[in-house]
Amino acid sequence: MIPAIPNLLSLITFAPLFGAVVILVLRALARKDDEAVIAKNAKWISLWTTLITLALSVVLVAGFNRSNPGYQFEEHYQWFGPISYHMGVDGISILFVLLTAFLMPLCILASWDSIKERITEYMIAFLLLETLVIGVFTSLDLFLFYIFFEGGLVPMFLIIGIWGGKERIYASYKFFLYTLLGSVLMLAAMLYMVGVAGTADIPALSHFAFAREVQPFLWFAFIASFAVKLPMWPVHTWLPDAHVQAPTAGSVMLAGILLKLGGYGFIRFNLPMFPYASEMFAPLMMGLSVIAIVVTSLIAFRQTDMKKLIAYSSVAHMGFVTMGIFAGNQLGVQGAVYQMISHGVISGALFLCVGVVYDRWHTREIAFYGGLTKLMPHYAFVFLLFTMANVGLPGTSGFIGEITTMVGAYKWGTWVAFVATSGVILSAVYALTLYKRIMFGEVHNEALKKYPDLSVREIIIFTPLILATIALGVYPAFVFDITTASVDTVVATYQTVIGG
Amino acid sequence: MLSDMSTVVTLAVFAPLIGALIVGGFGRWLGNIASQFITTGLLFAACALSWYAFIQHTWGGMEDFTIAILPFINIDTFHSAWSIRIDALSSTMLVVVTTVSSLVHLYSWGYMSEDPSRPRFFAYLSLFTFAMLMLVTAADFMQLFFGWEGVGLASYLLIGFWFNKESASSAAIKAFVVNRVGDFGFALGIMTVYWQFGTINFHELFPMIASHQGQTWEFLGQSFSALDLAAFLLFIGAMGKSAQFFLHTWLPDAMEGPTPVSALIHAATMVTAGVYMVCLLSPLFEYAPVAKMIVAYIGAITAIFAASIGFTQNDIKRVIAYSTCSQLGYMFFAAGVGAYQAAMFHLFTHAFFKALLFLGAGSVIHGMHHEQDMRKMGGLWKFLPVTYGVMTIGTIAITGLGIPETSFGFAGFFSKDAIIESAWAAHNTPQGMFAFVMGVAAALLTSFYSWRLIAMTFHGKKQWEHTSDDHHHEVIDGHDASEPAHDDHAHDDHGHGHDHKPHESPWVMLVPICLLAVGAVFAGVAFAPYFIGEHAHEFWGHAIFTAPTNHIMHEAHEIENMWVKLAPLAVTLIGMILAWYYYIVRPDLPKKFAANQGPVYSFLYNKWYFDEIYQVTFVKLTKVLGDFFWKVLDIRIIDNLGPNGAAWAALKSAKNLVKTQTGYVYHYAFAMFLGVVGLLTYVFWLVH
Repeated sequence: MIPAIPNLLSLITFAPLFGAVVILVLRALARKDDEAVIAKNAKWISLWTTLITLALSVVLVAGFNRSNPGYQFEEHYQWFGPISYHMGVDGISILFVLLTAFLMPLCILASWDSIKERITEYMIAFLLLETLVIGVFTSLDLFLFYIFFEGGLVPMFLIIGIWGGKERIYASYKFFLYTLLGSVLMLAAMLYMVGVAGTADIPALSHFAFAREVQPFLWFAFIASFAVKLPMWPVHTWLPDAHVQAPTAGSVMLAGILLKLGGYGFIRFNLPMFPYASEMFAPLMMGLSVIAIVVTSLIAFRQTDMKKLIAYSSVAHMGFVTMGIFAGNQLGVQGAVYQMISHGVISGALFLCVGVVYDRWHTREIAFYGGLTKLMPHYAFVFLLFTMANVGLPGTSGFIGEITTMVGAYKWGTWVAFVATSGVILSAVYALTLYKRIMFGEVHNEALKKYPDLSVREIIIFTPLILATIALGVYPAFVFDITTASVDTVVATYQTVIGG
Repeated sequence: MLSDMSTVVTLAVFAPLIGALIVGGFGRWLGNIASQFITTGLLFAACALSWYAFIQHTWGGMEDFTIAILPFINIDTFHSAWSIRIDALSSTMLVVVTTVSSLVHLYSWGYMSEDPSRPRFFAYLSLFTFAMLMLVTAADFMQLFFGWEGVGLASYLLIGFWFNKESASSAAIKAFVVNRVGDFGFALGIMTVYWQFGTINFHELFPMIASHQGQTWEFLGQSFSALDLAAFLLFIGAMGKSAQFFLHTWLPDAMEGPTPVSALIHAATMVTAGVYMVCLLSPLFEYAPVAKMIVAYIGAITAIFAASIGFTQNDIKRVIAYSTCSQLGYMFFAAGVGAYQAAMFHLFTHAFFKALLFLGAGSVIHGMHHEQDMRKMGGLWKFLPVTYGVMTIGTIAITGLGIPETSFGFAGFFSKDAIIESAWAAHNTPQGMFAFVMGVAAALLTSFYSWRLIAMTFHGKKQWEHTSDDHHHEVIDGHDASEPAHDDHAHDDHGHGHDHKPHESPWVMLVPICLLAVGAVFAGVAFAPYFIGEHAHEFWGHAIFTAPTNHIMHEAHEIENMWVKLAPLAVTLIGMILAWYYYIVRPDLPKKFAANQGPVYSFLYNKWYFDEIYQVTFVKLTKVLGDFFWKVLDIRIIDNLGPNGAAWAALKSAKNLVKTQTGYVYHYAFAMFLGVVGLLTYVFWLVH
């Protein structure tokens, strides 16, 4: 048996913040001219902090009771009025905590040599980001959720705005404009909800029946915020710019975790709190989902920038998530949660793959590359594996999320499944074309011969991602065992309310 | 007994995977020889175990069984498990796959001996074999789909094995994408089956089908016959994998891969997966008359269509590729008229003689220093006597020579005649009659192009003598629409003293071909009683279902009309004589046809212009739409109306944009701060 650790959730949530404080204190104590030592310490402290957070998250998952659909590891302290410090995880959120904790050490390692300026601040930003993102998944109070949810974007802005590429100002601006619009509406809706229900407690709000007439407005206000995060078509245009400008680890966090905030929000808020509106707007969401799948896949095919291509591909894959959620049945919602976890691993890995060549040649231009298979056989294998996972090849985790959401969507409407399935053809087109242009052919560019294959550090980064992709693809029960009870409750409640 | 057999088949299925993992992971350190030994050794072990299981199943009274290894997907009633299903169908396929695969592994020792990445090659071959075995032993649709796409991955990797060649990597993508088009239908078929029956497990599904007859199913706003719709969608998957009409274009291009790959994947095993699936799903297809009719028509059209292209091609591998396509058409129309047993029998015999023909062609290519253009060959029989002998056997087998009403005949004689006779047995249906006519016509063409290949390659003038030091192709016909590929790996390192005389291949290549030749001669006569003859009922057991109204196999045996039985043989002899006349007696005539470029010749030579049509429609459309959605919709409309529009201008004029790098963070943090303050104030107001 694993010993019960008191306040485990708070510990996991704030451990990274503690690490950030340690780095700050050490810097304050150190001599000014010890820049190199400070930077080195910052890196190691960040790595250990994130590893400890990961270990705690593993303990959390190991101690999780899979047959209990409700919230576990709850911490509840009254603040004032309707607001309380309420933490807890269920089968849906616990995996996102684990995913965040899993990706973060890899992000730190990926930044080890590629970040050259303001290393201390960079590490602090990432640790702060980890605390805030984990907080989103562990908080069970609207107020707390709002702080974590909006606060998490601040370090992300900084990461793009300070350590980003040439167009970082435009990118962070675009990111800002989109998210601000959504947040304002969500905040207004939250104010109304607290007023009507007299509580900010998320589990209590899930059972509070909001009037049918106001549900569409509240639903829409939340969607405005979550759809931008996900992002859904047509509010996706910030994502390619943000990804292109972000440093590699920033892209990993963005694609791996931040996009999932939107999908998580749909399942946590829209489906259980506003079931009537969810059903009413389901055709709209289904339509936007399949448009995202097909249209952004077509766009991805025409990209000349590696990162933009993968960013568009992310939008397409998030289309499967929204499609699954609003199908509103077990296959759809289970598949959506699975797809988010799986995409977190795969897209993170793909951005790391781009990072490998960007660190070497400092260009994301596809035409610059060609024939790398010959020069970098290990890299060729890693990139191929994640390309195939992105394409949804059975045996990788990418397949499970796509097939289950499509089967779920088929029940909702055959045309949705029909259009989404055609997206599976297009993903093969753009992903294999990208792989061919970079990896196959003759080496026409002499500059490519300058650098070696993957380093030991890079192999260490990719190994856990490879294992996760294959393990989840062959034995998806790793995820489904944990999500089933909670998702089934959400789906059953939703189906009962809408009379399905 | 059962647990022993479980171990046997589990080892047989996983041995290739173990080989692939060891050599794929450590091939670099193991070296070429060890890599070859490990993969080939494990494959021969798998082959021996498979034959043991097959023999036990056929003669040892072993019952069908399924072992579940690990749960796969379990949501709601969507249950799937990693399993090994053993019945007559899968044990037959186990034998076919492992036999051809182990011989191809061995053959590759010689054929690939100059290639620098042999460990990679052998790892891919073994990986393919594993995926194929998972496909044939699947107990539900998810594992079937896993194997289905897994073989697609291996095919992609092996077609693009010489990845530095542009044509090879393009062909690899084409194969994968066209197969995905098929899988699009396949996936929709699986979903349709699941929501109709609430299960994707074959054992649970099959008994339920009969009771669903006559039901309708809503799909895309239309009402369809439920079973026909499911069967048709699944068949689209089979069309992709088995390169049937419309989705065939990837197969000829797949010849860019090394020749052993063409023999294993693109002739004997993977491309037959579609036929296997239709036979496996016979309980569904038997109650789906419309889908069955479509299967018959598509099969018959493919049989004649591919054959018509085959006799104008000059690349030795492409001729055989079109031949494969055509033979798969035979198998499908057999299944489409209800003669699943005949389809499986042809699949079985075809594996031997088609692998033989490909490996023989590989031997010719190897001996000709990587020349694939038959116009540059001729008179080779003296230089490659063994290859010549076995290729002739393969040709006799594919054209189906034998003596009717006796058991004297090569493999194809039994299986192809069984198919044509089953089509005749269904001649009271339009598709049966159509399939019969097309089947006989395609038999004529098959004989013609197969003997043409032998004549152009092994007989006539030695076309290679005067061009012996020029490896580059001259465009003889004045157009190069399907210029034969140059199998030119490690060309300059070719260590044969550069005398440029064609040479016979080493024993390690000839032994596998000779063993396949044994199969090409005897597989028909030895197994006809089991697959389609008096023991067929016990042999197949429950693996193939025939509806109570389906008497095709029986009627095919009872055909009275002597001309029906003689027609295939007659056209085969005619085709043989025509090939002899045109390519040995008057070889100037075909050259004149080619030079004239008449419309019919051009149409056939350019493969009915399928590639060109697809290029200007689908490929072009994808690019145009992609550009439109990106440059017009995303950039001009969404961005200009949104972030780049009014708000952007306002902020820009405020000039705070360039002031600091992180200006927006403060904006954002400020906005959020206001939000928090607002929320708190509101809460305070509520409380008091």
